[in-house]
Amino acid sequence: MAEYSALRVITEGLRGNRGWKPAWRKAEPKPRYDVIVVGGGGHGLATAYYLAKNHGLRHVAVVEAGPIGLGNVGRNTTIVRSNYLLPENHDFYEWSLKLWEGLSHELNYNVMFSQRGVLNLAHSPEQMDVAAERGNAMRLAGIDADLIGRDEVAQLCPGIDLSEEARFPVAGGLIQRRAGTARHDAVAWGYAHAADRLGVDIIENAPVTDFITEGGTITGVVTPRGEIRADKVGVAVAGMTSEVMRMAGVEGLPIESHVLQAFVSEPVKPLVHCVVTYGAGHMYVSQSDKGGLVFGGSLDFYNSYARRGNLANVHDTVSELLAIFPNVARIKLLRSWGGIMDMSMDGSPIITPGPLPGLYLNCGWCYGGFKATPASGWCFAHTIARDEPHALNAGFTLSRFAEGRHIDEAGTGAVPGLH
Amino acid sequence: MAGFRLSSGGSRIDRSRPFTFTFDGSPVEAFAGDTIASALMASGRSIVARSFKYHRPRGIFSAGAEEPNALVTVGSGGEREPNVNAATRLAAPGLEVSGQNAWPSVDRDIGAVNQVFAPFFGAGFYYKTFIGPLRRSWMWYEPAIRRAAGMGSASLDPDPARYEKANVFADLLVVGAGPAGLAAALAAGRAGARVILAEAEPGPGGAIDLEEATIDGAPAAEWAAMASLELSEMANVRLMPRTHVWGYYDGGVLAALEDCGGEGETRCRHWRIEARQVILATGACERPIVFSGNDRPGVMLASAGLAYVRRYGTAPGGSIVLFCNNDEAWRQAALLAEAGVKIAAIVDPRTEVPGTLAGPIAAKGIDIILSHVVAAAKGARRVEAAVIAPVGEAARAAEAARIDRPAGEAEGESVPPASPGGVFEIAADTILVSGGHTPIINLASQAGGPPVWREEIAAFVPGEPRQDWIAAGAMTGAPTLEIAVNQGAEAGTLAANALGFNAVAKELAVQIQIQGLRTSIQDGGLLPLFEVEPVGEKPDKAFVDLQHDVTADDVRLAGREGFVEAEHLKRYTTLGMANDQGRTSAINGLAILAGERQMPIPAVGTTRFRPPLAPVPLGAIVGRERGHHMRPIRRSPLHHAHLEAGAEMMHAGLWLRPRVYAHKGEGLFAAYTREARHVRAKVGIADVSTLGKIEVAGPDAGTFLDRVYTNTFSTLPVGKARYGLMLREDGFVFDDGTAWRLAEDRYLVTTTTAKAAEVMMHMEFLLAAVWPELKTTLASVSDQYAGIAVAGPRSRALLARLVDGTPMDREAFPFMGVRQASIAGVPALIARLSFSGENAYEVYVGADCGPFLWSELLRQGADLEVAPYGLEAMGTLRIEKGHVAGPELNGRVSAHDLGLGKLLSKKKPFVGKPLALRPALSEEGRMELVGLLATDAAFRSGAHLVAGTEEAPGASEGHVTSVTYSPELRNHIGLAMLKGGRKRHGQTLFAADPIRGAHCRVEIVSPHFVDPQGERLDA
Amino acid sequence: MLIPCPVCGMRDAGEYHYRGDATAERPPLAEEAAEPWVRYVYERQNPRGEHLEFWQHVHGCRQFLVVRRNTETHEVFEARLVGPFGQGE
Repeated sequence: MAEYSALRVITEGLRGNRGWKPAWRKAEPKPRYDVIVVGGGGHGLATAYYLAKNHGLRHVAVVEAGPIGLGNVGRNTTIVRSNYLLPENHDFYEWSLKLWEGLSHELNYNVMFSQRGVLNLAHSPEQMDVAAERGNAMRLAGIDADLIGRDEVAQLCPGIDLSEEARFPVAGGLIQRRAGTARHDAVAWGYAHAADRLGVDIIENAPVTDFITEGGTITGVVTPRGEIRADKVGVAVAGMTSEVMRMAGVEGLPIESHVLQAFVSEPVKPLVHCVVTYGAGHMYVSQSDKGGLVFGGSLDFYNSYARRGNLANVHDTVSELLAIFPNVARIKLLRSWGGIMDMSMDGSPIITPGPLPGLYLNCGWCYGGFKATPASGWCFAHTIARDEPHALNAGFTLSRFAEGRHIDEAGTGAVPGLH
Repeated sequence: MAGFRLSSGGSRIDRSRPFTFTFDGSPVEAFAGDTIASALMASGRSIVARSFKYHRPRGIFSAGAEEPNALVTVGSGGEREPNVNAATRLAAPGLEVSGQNAWPSVDRDIGAVNQVFAPFFGAGFYYKTFIGPLRRSWMWYEPAIRRAAGMGSASLDPDPARYEKANVFADLLVVGAGPAGLAAALAAGRAGARVILAEAEPGPGGAIDLEEATIDGAPAAEWAAMASLELSEMANVRLMPRTHVWGYYDGGVLAALEDCGGEGETRCRHWRIEARQVILATGACERPIVFSGNDRPGVMLASAGLAYVRRYGTAPGGSIVLFCNNDEAWRQAALLAEAGVKIAAIVDPRTEVPGTLAGPIAAKGIDIILSHVVAAAKGARRVEAAVIAPVGEAARAAEAARIDRPAGEAEGESVPPASPGGVFEIAADTILVSGGHTPIINLASQAGGPPVWREEIAAFVPGEPRQDWIAAGAMTGAPTLEIAVNQGAEAGTLAANALGFNAVAKELAVQIQIQGLRTSIQDGGLLPLFEVEPVGEKPDKAFVDLQHDVTADDVRLAGREGFVEAEHLKRYTTLGMANDQGRTSAINGLAILAGERQMPIPAVGTTRFRPPLAPVPLGAIVGRERGHHMRPIRRSPLHHAHLEAGAEMMHAGLWLRPRVYAHKGEGLFAAYTREARHVRAKVGIADVSTLGKIEVAGPDAGTFLDRVYTNTFSTLPVGKARYGLMLREDGFVFDDGTAWRLAEDRYLVTTTTAKAAEVMMHMEFLLAAVWPELKTTLASVSDQYAGIAVAGPRSRALLARLVDGTPMDREAFPFMGVRQASIAGVPALIARLSFSGENAYEVYVGADCGPFLWSELLRQGADLEVAPYGLEAMGTLRIEKGHVAGPELNGRVSAHDLGLGKLLSKKKPFVGKPLALRPALSEEGRMELVGLLATDAAFRSGAHLVAGTEEAPGASEGHVTSVTYSPELRNHIGLAMLKGGRKRHGQTLFAADPIRGAHCRVEIVSPHFVDPQGERLDA
Repeated sequence: MLIPCPVCGMRDAGEYHYRGDATAERPPLAEEAAEPWVRYVYERQNPRGEHLEFWQHVHGCRQFLVVRRNTETHEVFEARLVGPFGQGE
């Protein structure tokens, strides 16, 4: 019987739920591994899983500073989509979406990937054309996309303000129906669980305090739980990238850390049936299965390592939510939080061998890292195991900035806070 | 139903003002001042809600913000508000209150069938199931799960209420007007500091009305009222009642919500409070002890029982068992009994309590049962009995007795008749429970270090401050009123002195009135107890988090499954994540997890608190900036002229701009093509006021512009204008526009409408931070000028009529010439430049004179058939000329891509040059600007260029940026970015538009469709 | 978060526009090689802790400030005007 199944839930339920094992072992570090992945977030855990699953590595460790899954994988607004404009992004994110579609099966853990659709609202004829440009790009790349009018918007979003009195009246929108949301914590736990069952050691509360270098090659990490050596060390630490890489002697990465706030309301009965993004600003909202409206907006715009935002941004984000849904003004904000985003200089990620021998780097996810989790792990595992990028992450180099080969979806240039 | 209203008492109600409201349609009697909960309780109603997961009946659990159970829906239509805390919301005449998360009603709820499946609904069950059988199976399960979740329903109608937001500033903000907060505000206020005292409740005092004491000789509640009065009379003190401070942000900025109390137009007002010093006195919240069936209606916090009696004249029930582990609850029992509430027994796990506590209780005829606990609440729709079990020595003795003696031979008055294990029942309809107090440290945690565990209160107190705050009173674990009130006074003194005032600490004398009670108790006598082990077969569930239906078994299961960090526990079980923010559940959850892990509670850790402290209506955060007023609207100085001319206005960023000036019965297409034709044939005028305009002045102005533009401006003669291109530092195109040399040391620079602010900041930065040595000043004059383009073959003739004394003929006022002229006495700047390709002028006058100029042009040009043209026609004209605009300047293009490589000066350095010259920005195969001609049907912008058919289009090779119908070419034309496009003129491709169901053949041509030689410009 | 503008006084961060890292060294204008510009435009130290950064008081005096701020605690230590007027302190 699968470890997790309805039948098992029933049999365990009848026996007082005494038979469940830890979802992952609390592993003690061994002295040596084939690969150490620094960072027990979604990307790090997925990388470890695919290193074991796709590449047959039996000695893999994930080293995490605190408990796993409490970085951005546990602090996002759970949106999964592949509605990108630029060809460099299409195949990567579409592969990610395909992995999402089978992820609960793959991991034997319900990540609740809900393909409820992601709707990007457009507020003028010009914006409808821009939406069409993106939608056509997606269609031609084999990705589903539909342009919908106000009638269908009304059906999908009861309560939405479609009046001409709105400050930016809704003209229609672009919808990717296969996109949606997932239960963010379950993604971290699911990958941890599945990786653990393949023998990966997940070592929590072990912050890396230094790297071990031999003749210019990275050969391990130092943690309060001892030195751990490995043939290869992959780093997937999102907002902490600059600080961790500094310990390896790598400075001046094209990354700034910024705080992004997110919000959730009290739970209400089903109200918002797909993910909706506001086109006259920057705000995205969906409703969790528990009933809370989960929403977010822009960065706070300044460099930050604090998981704490400021008030002006709260106002801006909520005002955009109410611009779409004036009916939720009486619904109450229940929690807010902040995450540290690894903002790259063109808004796109980096998955690459190097920049030192023995070292591999995965960063620059800005605030789009959650949806990328499966493909990022898949490609980073490939990059580490084969010492070369996978075709899907071939464009996500570190050298592209010096060369001027930006992958700049927003077209805002080398201003990380604007992506 | 029998009610519980007492015949007298109730400090907050006015018995002379009765009214009724409805609960699920049935009338409920209430008095002015009642909360929904107090009125429901007085009416005898037990079930007011159903639980989240199991739909178990729930009653009223508390008398404050910590209420986990009694959430109701209030109002209807756009005013419907779900998840309202009945324990804090005032009842009002005619208020429509309804139960939620239940069908057909909270009394009879079909959903209660879930309880049958409860064994399978343990912590995290949904992660382990609903996985199969198919890959997409979750989509099949999810709708039902979503419907089951979610508590109350939101309205679909817009909320009609008015919300406001405002700012306020203070030397000192005191949060909480309980005893400590009042004392703090008094100390600082008397010293002269500007003080704000914010209190969530309508009145001052906090829980002081539950005390029996005197402060400085006055009864405590009276002292609070006097303190409040004194504060209200100080000019430097501002009292903010009904205002809960919910967020502590960086730099002493706090967010607060004022409930306007139903008076006046405004429902809530949101405050941003800036304070140099903050005193946090947010109090503590009683916590329960977890036992089997502890969620039954009739189980209530002990202090809440007293609060209902004293504030609302309502008894919590008819017959009460009080279960506690601390002295405070004994004192409350005495006060309850004094108020005439019948207490059957007081059950305490401690082996002994001070005689001073026990004496008054025994005197009231209340059974004292020490060394025992309430192990379960029994009953169906309400508590019917408390199951009492011995603990410790008593349990062992009972066990021994059970073996040694037959039942019924027990001796002694407080030792009950023996039963298996010494367990017995007491009939009661209410169980009051007190497990100690949990400080409300949320705000301190938002602006401070990790909370610190205090063993004597078995709870966390605030950690190290990271901003300028001082905590005082019960939130620090202060066990007595005397300590709390004096902590407040001391904090107020400290804060005032830190602010530079001269405050003198003065100790307040507190006397406890009830003889013998609590005078000497400094530690509250707490015997930490978080959960009672169930007794007997198949015990009922024991709830930790009542609102989220998280049981003690769930917590243990999470522990067994490895979710052993506080943060993992919270996420896996959802413990503490409900509307009540886990106030009554957090410590118990941690304690049970610590027990499972066999480690001390502080080692399990605590989760970090985040704003808000209590739920905040979203509308309040936004204030008036909703709907139409969500963002400001920018209108050109000519706005009313456009309306007068019959313009159809459209949104363009924040601007409202004229799209077309349609004649009667004319559609968009007919209107814009007519307008464009008119410009090419006769003369048109258009509003260009929205363009960014920057005056660049000073001896080094030319040098400065040479550095920011790719081309050269220092050599531009006075009286001439030039097109300019700006790059970003990374070498990609930033913006384009023109610069007019008005004098040797003065230029007027125009930018695109969209980039006006960015270009200004870019220039300001370079001047301030990079080249401060340049003697150049910048002034944004975008709003100072109204600008009108006058375009078409008759434009010269028209302008010549208006200007006084400026020669307008072709040679005297050449193309790209700039003149400072006068139009009917109005100073004007005129530049002869053209976006349309026709001979044209841009005329700028002071913004206030814009409408005059507009009407003069129309009036004096009537016989020249002058007509206004809008954005659409402007687009047509510029596309016909191949001029790039927003759709082409998408932030990803290089000068090379736009065919503007020749504008990158080789002779001088400029911003972005070294990176623009990187090979990648001009290599083969980049997307290059091309023109498109429709060869069969019309195509649209947003289409992509492909080589293949509709069935097999192949990969995208580029996309269409701008499209128009060209009256000049009598065809649809467009601009596009195409891979290697400049070498592909003459090729045929398809404009693939699968998302709109089109696939049209297009010819790739030069983007200069009309008059490529520019002959008309200088006509 | 509040930032003390030397011209206007203590103001909320919402009045300012963040202009980024003030430690990145801009090559001289005449520098033609791409490499130093690549460093200036793309490479960041991105410290967790004290950081020098440019902020413009856009909704006030429009001056550019160099702000010394902690990126982890958001504590603002000082703000001075860029250029000659900021040097005197």
